[in-house]
Amino acid sequence: MTTDDPIHTLSEAVNQAMDIAMAEDPDVFALGEDIEDPIGGVMKGTKGLSTKYGRERVRNTPISEQAIVGAAIGASLVGMRPIAEVMLMDFFAVAMDQVANHAAKLRYMSGGRTNVPITIRTSVGGGRQFGAQHSQSLEAWMMHIPGLKVAVPSTPHDAKGLLYSCIFDDDPCIFMETMSLLFTRGPVPPGRFEIPLGVADVKRAGDDVTVVTWGWQVPEALAAAETLADEGISVEVVDLRTLVPLDRDAILRSVEKTTRAVVVHAATQFAGPGAEIASLVGHELFGRLSAPVERLGAAYSPVPYAAELESLHYPERKRIAAAIRAMA
Amino acid sequence: MTVSTTQPVGSGGATDGLTDDAALRIFRTVTTIRSTEDRIIRGLSSGELRMTYYTVRGQEVIPAAICEHLRRDDYMVTTYRGMHDCIAKGIPLDELVAEMCGKVTGTSKGKGGPMHLSDPQSGLMVTTGVVGGGLPIAVGLALSSKLRGTDQVTVVNFGDGATSIGATHEACNLAALWEVPVVFVCQNNQYGEHTKFADYTRSPSLAERFRGYGMEARTVDGNSVPAMHEAAAEAIGRARSGSGPVFLECLTYRLGGHSFGATTEYMDPEELSQAEANEPVGRYRRWLVDQRGIGEDVLADIEASVVSNVEAAVGAAKASPPPGPDELLTDVFSNVEALPR
Ligand SMILES: Cc1ncc(C[n+]2csc(CCOP(=O)(O)OP(=O)(O)O)c2C)c(N)n1
Ligand SMILES: [Mg+2]
Repeated sequence: MTTDDPIHTLSEAVNQAMDIAMAEDPDVFALGEDIEDPIGGVMKGTKGLSTKYGRERVRNTPISEQAIVGAAIGASLVGMRPIAEVMLMDFFAVAMDQVANHAAKLRYMSGGRTNVPITIRTSVGGGRQFGAQHSQSLEAWMMHIPGLKVAVPSTPHDAKGLLYSCIFDDDPCIFMETMSLLFTRGPVPPGRFEIPLGVADVKRAGDDVTVVTWGWQVPEALAAAETLADEGISVEVVDLRTLVPLDRDAILRSVEKTTRAVVVHAATQFAGPGAEIASLVGHELFGRLSAPVERLGAAYSPVPYAAELESLHYPERKRIAAAIRAMA
Repeated sequence: MTVSTTQPVGSGGATDGLTDDAALRIFRTVTTIRSTEDRIIRGLSSGELRMTYYTVRGQEVIPAAICEHLRRDDYMVTTYRGMHDCIAKGIPLDELVAEMCGKVTGTSKGKGGPMHLSDPQSGLMVTTGVVGGGLPIAVGLALSSKLRGTDQVTVVNFGDGATSIGATHEACNLAALWEVPVVFVCQNNQYGEHTKFADYTRSPSLAERFRGYGMEARTVDGNSVPAMHEAAAEAIGRARSGSGPVFLECLTYRLGGHSFGATTEYMDPEELSQAEANEPVGRYRRWLVDQRGIGEDVLADIEASVVSNVEAAVGAAKASPPPGPDELLTDVFSNVEALPR
């Protein structure tokens, strides 16, 4: 990434990755609700693509998540590379049989004779007063099903590189587009470019405390780090970018240096991804930590509607800063 | 019977069983729905209010007519686009508006919001934000009435787009098989989010498609009070008498974008303005005056009292506090001891 790369939103970066993939490979196609122009996806991810590639390859569907994912699986079994859109992550619940019992397992159940190279793009709500059924960060649910890869970009740059990799990956990939980041801007390399799945990125280097995070909480952690820098606490922010595969080396490398770690995520804290990461750090760096690993995740409740409660539900910069301060 | 879904069929002047009292109650209900929506839109436009809001403009008549035949102890299930259903079923307006504003005096103490209204006292049991999620639940509500030997009826409202979801089909088949007292009210407003009816199905008629599950199914002009009133009487009467479920495809038109602030660029402006010119509340008002000889002053009195009720509800909601921090972990389980610590 160079500083003169053009500036784009995360949504535009997603669009570029699909555009390039569709131009390169006629087996790439997209399906989902309202993805054709003029709408181009309710979050604009596919804007212009049906106009450019036609409605055969960028296909609107009825409101039928099970059929969207299932049809993607079917086409992928014979070598196509479908990009399915599930409008909001909460609606995975409707498609979960296809996702968990089929997409995730067909390679294994066929003894490697078939595989499911699909990408499921989905928007993740939260912090927007959308209520309990439109706000869930369900990455832990995906991580718990062996056979699914899970990507959660936090910048336009990462979104483009990761989505391109997901589309051409030979396994089912869940690509989470955090709604509150979709229209944030950043440099995006033009043309074809890949970020390998399973490689974390240090978004800010520091010496005292490591924050391990992803997606929506990356900018929150960076803001907390900025505040703490003024107080003389040096924070390193490790953005995992993909949760499966998990870049354990990057996590351990950072915490080995800082000896303190906080895992921050918008998913529910209880039985959340942070538990897996805390256990990894505690086990591998036992005896070398200056403090027990902290976890900050969403409260154990459905996402409340009232803004005052919703802001208590999710971690945010002030609470992240307080947790770091308490351990530094 | 094949019925065009864009040309509402209605019994026009049919007045079967619609007394003046009932006609005026329905007028009060549709006026309350319309005024509440107008007031919310005004508040959202000026920044006075904040919420996600799904317009019900154009769909007022459906629940107003249906609820004429429902009792308080009958059950109802609806969707995010369900404020009209909630008002018609009798959720107190103050509590409804407060919930939509996320206030502690709301039906769910501000924790559910506009997409998740419920008020068991009024029989409004579930509002779902997941397309199609309500139908199987409605079958269970109706099953409870059958098992307990009561004559309660369950009405479940959903959009035309929900007919593309698997759960809808499982629920309809099961309801028909078990002959439970449920009325499936498909409010066919011609759009599923940004997609036109004809762009997501080749079925010319939903009533025809769902009749295949072995239940009574009818298409009705959902914008005509007499037609809706008559169809609802028959459907609800049938369910109440133990003759099993009914599917009503109520033809209507969504007079605006999917939600407040959403684009309408894909909607045919000609069609939209025609539908607006024939919008059902004004159409009903004219019918009351012209065909039923109801005095202008009677209607104006109702309108004035409704407007002041709506204003009072909005004022009360604005004055109400948000839920306190303790509410975050309240209502997750029946007992707080079960919460992970
Ligand atoms: C399972 C599911 N998929 C997608 C959505 C997003 N969504 C919300 S409303 C809507 C359109 C529903 O259309 P319809 O059933 O006709 O109801 P209407 O909005 O017209 O009342 C969609 C696709 C959702 N809420 N749930
Ligand atoms: Mg509709």
